[in-house]
Amino acid sequence: MTRRVVITGVGAVTPLGVGARTLHERWTAGVSGIEDGFGRASEFEPKEHLSVKEVRRSDRYTQFALAAAKEALEDAGWEDGPPGDPERAACVIGTGIGGIGTLENQHIILREQGAERISPLSIPLLMANAASGVVAMKHDLRGQSFGTVSACAAGAHAIGMAERLIRHGDADCVVTGGSEAAITPLATAAFGRMDALSDSGISRPFDLRRDGFVMGEGAGVLVLEEEEAAKERGARILGVLRGYAATSDAFHLTAPEPNGRGAAKAIELALEDAELSPEDVIYVNAHGTSTPLNDRAETQALKSALGGERANQIPVSSTKSAIGHLLGAAGAVESIATLLALRDRIAPPTLNYEEQEEGLDLDYVPREARPLANGDTPAIGISNAFGFGGHNAVLVLEAT
Amino acid sequence: MAATATREEIEQRVFQALEEFGAEPDQIGPDAEFEALDVDSLDLVELAQIVEDDYGVQLKGEDMEGITTVRQAVDLVMSKLG
Repeated sequence: MTRRVVITGVGAVTPLGVGARTLHERWTAGVSGIEDGFGRASEFEPKEHLSVKEVRRSDRYTQFALAAAKEALEDAGWEDGPPGDPERAACVIGTGIGGIGTLENQHIILREQGAERISPLSIPLLMANAASGVVAMKHDLRGQSFGTVSACAAGAHAIGMAERLIRHGDADCVVTGGSEAAITPLATAAFGRMDALSDSGISRPFDLRRDGFVMGEGAGVLVLEEEEAAKERGARILGVLRGYAATSDAFHLTAPEPNGRGAAKAIELALEDAELSPEDVIYVNAHGTSTPLNDRAETQALKSALGGERANQIPVSSTKSAIGHLLGAAGAVESIATLLALRDRIAPPTLNYEEQEEGLDLDYVPREARPLANGDTPAIGISNAFGFGGHNAVLVLEAT
Repeated sequence: MAATATREEIEQRVFQALEEFGAEPDQIGPDAEFEALDVDSLDLVELAQIVEDDYGVQLKGEDMEGITTVRQAVDLVMSKLG
């Protein structure tokens, strides 16, 4: 019998505050976490969530992951580690860049003070697998633990891998998600030089005037468990991770394939994996970066994968309109936003959407949240995540 | 400065560093074991950096071998100050 994967806990640190439900409630209410062109997690105070030692021994990106994991595990009702055998508990946390803040600071010390002054903690702080290692260590997760690295698809890839670990029988539960803290001088300048960042500092996915993404930071962590084991321990089940698929554009280092070929294939395969059809999907949480290329290609991909007629009927909104682009954390934070939206049967809005571009004619849920009408059918949605390098990862979620 | 540092000053500086590393303040004392304070080899490398910055004393990896208590660390710094 196929093992099914359920979601029993969620946690998030985002520009809208600390907490997964804070993210959901504020985004649904139309609040923006973007200030002065950046989506900073300004309400996050490390010492409120971590010990002195944990703060010292983690880059900001790992601190976000630790805080989000703590919330998710509490939400799942875990006490002192995983339920059952800790060797059957895994940890997969993605990131775009890892501890780039540490890397940049240590490089300044290297240049100004010399190699002898470099912190012995440099490597363990900056490595892109630090979040997964530290979270596993803290919560006694002794099964597989590793990071996924696929730019802005990393969080979704992590969750997809986690789902496969459980389904394949390699683990009974996985703490998974994505984390990023890349609002640093080098990363900001480098994204700027690529012309990827918004000059206006406004995140307005799918709008005619969109001019690039707004950098954000934070983390999203989910607790996934094998359905029977979760039921046996009496866990409250938030939803089911119905399907996952990933593809590559094999097209360009940064630009998406203009027709959304790879993205469309990932959506089709994810629905196939979930044994669902486009008719079952009642909400799409888009990657929706607010860059001219992504939003056009993604719209094409949705039309191609869901069929033009069905694509027009489904509300499509972008969390990035409220928090900016959380890069390697985006797929994880947005899958949580998708799940909580489905649970409340509501489509949160695409903020700042006002002017339509020709051909970008889906229902982008402009500016205000709207109830999702699905009658007695299950609340099923998809969450898209695409990354530089041509990575496409799609998750299919069902709220219970 | 190195020549004038007293044992008390060095001890206080080490206590302060240990607290910054996350050790519980009420457990820090001359006879405290690093292991009990949850202070590991990475912390000791940082402690060596601090001592070098403040007192001009260079501590190498082999110097730190076998150092398990706060008192031993302070003794080591004192001996290097000579």
